[in-house]
Amino acid sequence: MVDQTTIKTSKEDRHSKDPVEPGPVTVLAREQLAPNLQLLTVRAPIIASKIQPGQFVIVRADEYAERIPLTVADWDREKGSVSCVFMQVGTSTYKLGKLKSGDALSTFAGPLGKPLELDRWGTVVVAGGCYGIGSIYPVARALKERGNRVISLIEGRSKFLLYWLDRLESASDKVLVSTRDRSIGRNRDGPAAIKDLLDSGEHIDRLIAIGCTFMMYQMAEATRPFAIKTIVSLNPIMIDGTGMCGACRVSVAGQTKFACVDGPDFDGHQVDWKLLLSRRKAYLGPETDSGER
Amino acid sequence: MSKKPKQIIPKKTPMPEQPPAERIKNYNEVPYGYTPEQAIAEAKRCLECARPLCVEGCPVNINIPAFLKLVAEGDFRGAINIIKETNALPAVSGRVCPQEEQCEGKCALSKRFESVAVGRLERFAADWEASQGTPPIPDLPPPTGKKVAVVGSGPAGITVAADLVRKGHHVSIFEALHEPGGVLVYGIPEFRLPKAIVRREVEYVCRLGAKLVKDFVVGAAETVDELLEEYDAVFLGTGAGLPWFLNIPGENLNGVYSANEYLTRANLMKAYRFPEYDTPIARGKHVATVGGGNVAMDSARTALRLGAEESIIVYRRSHEEMPARAEEIHHAEQEGIRFELLTTPVAFHADSNNWVKEIECIRNQLGEPDASGRRRPVPIKDSNFRIPVDVVVLAIGQSPNPLIPKTTPDLKTAKDGVVIIDNETGKTSKKGVFAGGDVATGGATVILAMGQGKKAAKAIDEYLKTRQW
Repeated sequence: MVDQTTIKTSKEDRHSKDPVEPGPVTVLAREQLAPNLQLLTVRAPIIASKIQPGQFVIVRADEYAERIPLTVADWDREKGSVSCVFMQVGTSTYKLGKLKSGDALSTFAGPLGKPLELDRWGTVVVAGGCYGIGSIYPVARALKERGNRVISLIEGRSKFLLYWLDRLESASDKVLVSTRDRSIGRNRDGPAAIKDLLDSGEHIDRLIAIGCTFMMYQMAEATRPFAIKTIVSLNPIMIDGTGMCGACRVSVAGQTKFACVDGPDFDGHQVDWKLLLSRRKAYLGPETDSGER
Repeated sequence: MSKKPKQIIPKKTPMPEQPPAERIKNYNEVPYGYTPEQAIAEAKRCLECARPLCVEGCPVNINIPAFLKLVAEGDFRGAINIIKETNALPAVSGRVCPQEEQCEGKCALSKRFESVAVGRLERFAADWEASQGTPPIPDLPPPTGKKVAVVGSGPAGITVAADLVRKGHHVSIFEALHEPGGVLVYGIPEFRLPKAIVRREVEYVCRLGAKLVKDFVVGAAETVDELLEEYDAVFLGTGAGLPWFLNIPGENLNGVYSANEYLTRANLMKAYRFPEYDTPIARGKHVATVGGGNVAMDSARTALRLGAEESIIVYRRSHEEMPARAEEIHHAEQEGIRFELLTTPVAFHADSNNWVKEIECIRNQLGEPDASGRRRPVPIKDSNFRIPVDVVVLAIGQSPNPLIPKTTPDLKTAKDGVVIIDNETGKTSKKGVFAGGDVATGGATVILAMGQGKKAAKAIDEYLKTRQW
């Protein structure tokens, strides 16, 4: 029997909230998946009812916090919940990492960005690192539903930084793990795993990579010689996430694009990685200042 | 009844303001506003023309002579009531309207002397009312049972919402950001329009019964068609939020901002109070702002307040063609902003950290007038030179955000994504959907957005009654 309290609220209910506040988005759970990697689950029925793989939300922990984009890792349309995995790197993510069940978030807006293009391509490798291990889970699931052979490829510095292997196994035909210290898996990193796959005679029709900028860059470089279509989910600095500020501009095939509305997914072989890496570092000084106060 | 000819006082009563050297170190509002005595003296300068042209010059046709007369008599309550008959946001328009092109530009005095300071008096009346405590809620008609979704809580949306709740309709305002007010909160700086004023106006509309839903991105969380399943009409007041860039080399270097980003960081995210607030902003020592409009003045003056030693406006035409309000240019000049006029950037150059270090520019001379009626800048060959900078702000214009047009296939748009409307009613190409403000003009003034909001509210009320499209 379905629990009546968890059924998606009707449209009437959704808008009939307090006249000034739309009703805070509350935290259902927050847990540490690995050191510095946190899973945050919130109640956000409208977003849960709409979100598609590849999309993101803009989150603000409290009234003083930055607006930051987080890719979603999972959702439950019935329960009206949305989950994100994030790495604690600066002030804003540190604040998110301190939230407890029942706490309210100041902002949780979305779903933003274009949904990831999904089709039946054949064999698709979904590569995830860091927070991206969480983000590739719904991608793998959706690709599998469409009849693809899905190979999930996750990487980290060491075994203790990996998570959700069980979930990925349920959504993939094969899960490959690579760790820098070889604490688990055959390969040191994703590119080596790709090379192994190809050497073993596996044909790859497409690769989708989500994770830190450097990891996505490496994956794009690994597939370039083999002309394997490679889609990356870019993660530049954003403010509004709706195309208003232009902070997230990236250069793709020589053209300036806004990652928030034109992306976040782009052809990894066309991305100007040097520019993206430098723009992501724009506030490293101030970010440290704000964390130390 | 014979009228004694009035003695002409040639100059406006000066409005006290923070001295430039002091105000560039803080974010507080620049002018202090009139005292009651100053307001009465200024209002008495009105010639009480038989045919007052000032009213025609006002996009929302405020009965200016009537409110000036009441101010002159010391009846400030009466004055604000007259203004509010046609203008829902007088504390805002009194501060940000380009009065010299509107009411004050038409004032009979302005031909030979300084016009009556209508804007300052409008601001005075609104501030006086606010100082009297929370305004009472007027009697509202019984609910009509009709529901309207207003998308965007900027000047157009607030105006529409205020007018429609007063007609007894249910209004929900959807705002994509976490603070209501649109450009009034993310764009216009605190020192020009204190945010407490915007909050007060939005709260008033909510007290009248409108519902505000923040952090709700229409076009993403729900499409316009989905809103129409629940609401009888939709008003799009989503502004012009898509910033333009110059498309020249080096534009994506660190330190090069769109004005939208620079001002959003400083205003909405309160980066000027970093690290109390978490959002950082580059505090350049040498900041150049490209453009000659109000947004450019706001950016250049914000840079000073963020600690710039030198803040430069780079504008491709001459002083005369600058589209900013006269008062903004005046304030910028007072504060020591340097103007590099007849100058167009052609490239940005980086330091070794991929941070902007110089703007390469070319000098222009003025040619024939272009489509805007202003003289066109013509580049002078081989006049290239470089300006050393560490922050650049591009304030060269913006167009409507494509998010809603893209997700609403039958909503017709023109060049640059401007939503096509009927100018008298705000009706779009889609039944039940109205629009107004910058989304329909491509970028104009706060008061024009409010004027279009007025017309749209009237047409929406009519449509809810008749269902005639």
